[in-house]
Amino acid sequence: MNGFAKKGLLAATIAALLMVATVAPSLAAPAQKNLILATTTSTQDSGLLDVLIPLFEKKTGYFVKTIAVGSGQAMSMGQKGEADVLLVHSPAAEKKFMADGNGVDRLIVMHNDFVVVGPAADPAGIMGAKSAPEAFKKIAGAGALFLSRGDNSGTHAKEKGIWKAAGIATEGQKWYQETGLGMGQTLNVAAEKKGNTLTDRGTYLALKKNLAGLPILVEGDAILLNVYHVIGVNPAKWPKVNADGAKAFSDFMVSADTQGVIKTFGVEKYGGPLFFPDAGKPEYN
Amino acid sequence: MDLILEGIRKAFYLIFTLDREVLGITLLSLRVSGTATLISLFIGITTGTIVALTRFPGRQLVVSIINTGMGLPPVVVGLFVTIFLWRNGPLGFLEILYTPTAIILAQAVIATPIVTGITLASIQNLPANLRLQILALGATRVQMIWLLVKEARLPLLAAVMAGFGGIISEVGASIMVGGNIKGYSRVLTTATVMETGRGNFDIAIALSIILMLLAFFVNAILTQIQQRERPR
Repeated sequence: MNGFAKKGLLAATIAALLMVATVAPSLAAPAQKNLILATTTSTQDSGLLDVLIPLFEKKTGYFVKTIAVGSGQAMSMGQKGEADVLLVHSPAAEKKFMADGNGVDRLIVMHNDFVVVGPAADPAGIMGAKSAPEAFKKIAGAGALFLSRGDNSGTHAKEKGIWKAAGIATEGQKWYQETGLGMGQTLNVAAEKKGNTLTDRGTYLALKKNLAGLPILVEGDAILLNVYHVIGVNPAKWPKVNADGAKAFSDFMVSADTQGVIKTFGVEKYGGPLFFPDAGKPEYN
Repeated sequence: MDLILEGIRKAFYLIFTLDREVLGITLLSLRVSGTATLISLFIGITTGTIVALTRFPGRQLVVSIINTGMGLPPVVVGLFVTIFLWRNGPLGFLEILYTPTAIILAQAVIATPIVTGITLASIQNLPANLRLQILALGATRVQMIWLLVKEARLPLLAAVMAGFGGIISEVGASIMVGGNIKGYSRVLTTATVMETGRGNFDIAIALSIILMLLAFFVNAILTQIQQRERPR
């Protein structure tokens, strides 16, 4: 009986170790081959990274671990040295990130634009508003429901900037609700609750088939420009950062081939490009 | 309604055409949660049995902690495991953050108190005289413990089911420590969250159905084992 107990335990231990062992090989690749890319939900939800990452991996042999969070969280990962390279769209916060010495080689990659979407009935009457701040003023004036990301993402930062430009404090307002979710889910909430929200055009177009009652109401204002940059995390500050991998990824993102892929991404599926390549161009202001 | 039907249709399509990505995600879920359950069984049954059979000062407190741990929120586990596994964190040298191994670790942490608690309750539920009787018949301590665990095997299988069911369906910790990396650390629950975010509701429903079928088959097998013998 005693022997049997021991055998049983031994067999189970071996079984457990085998199961762990079968998982292990996948992470046996050299550490410097792993590259942690912290990025925004829009690049993942639009499907762009599903196209670009395999190309990069095939070309360079790096294994990319894409962590799709908001731009704010991506930068705080970079600030703690927990990511190697960032692909983000929150210019004001990025400048601070660079000024604090957290990043190296901030390069412009691409842009698209933000649009204000809302219910077709447009209770706040923002359709055709001359500027985004003017539209936001109308939303606040009418007390029409507005859904904010509320997650420190690039889109959230832009939204807060527009409220500031409009001179409106949203804190504690009944018509102002924060979802704390990604762009895709926030769009679904807006469609369901018939609310207004600010979204990047890429994610909006990618999800449009489910957003029947949520047309674009305001677009084309200069303030609505949405620029994406790639930033390497400063290896001088965090020695464990994969600096070579980050450099390779930055180079890849601004290379002519990749810029060509970005230019045509989504054209077939959505009838128009989701992102416009910008590499080598001067910074927008 | 159309959406649900479309989702069900898609689920069976993905299953029967053996879609490589979905198959990979399903097998990874099974492997990760299966391994985590096995680890939690070792630690949980051992700890549960020891606590059930011994008396020591502060025992009540330990039992309370174990029982509280049975409801440990996965996101809390995810947060702490992430902080520990960060490159510059206390366990950063392991370099396992954003790997399937990290998910196994987090899920084992979630399942262990569940297994421990149920083990503790089921061993304690055995008639008190059984222990004396076994010892009186000349059994060694190890033999006695083995007999008790064997005697409690029906509730212990319930512990396996509760532990496995708790972690295969868990998403908060898996997405934080695994990172939902395509073809690498993406499991059924994290893929469902992502596809929902992308507005691919049909695929999200399909993944949910596969998850529920998987949970059903694992539990059906365990139930089969559990019910083979009638309890005396």
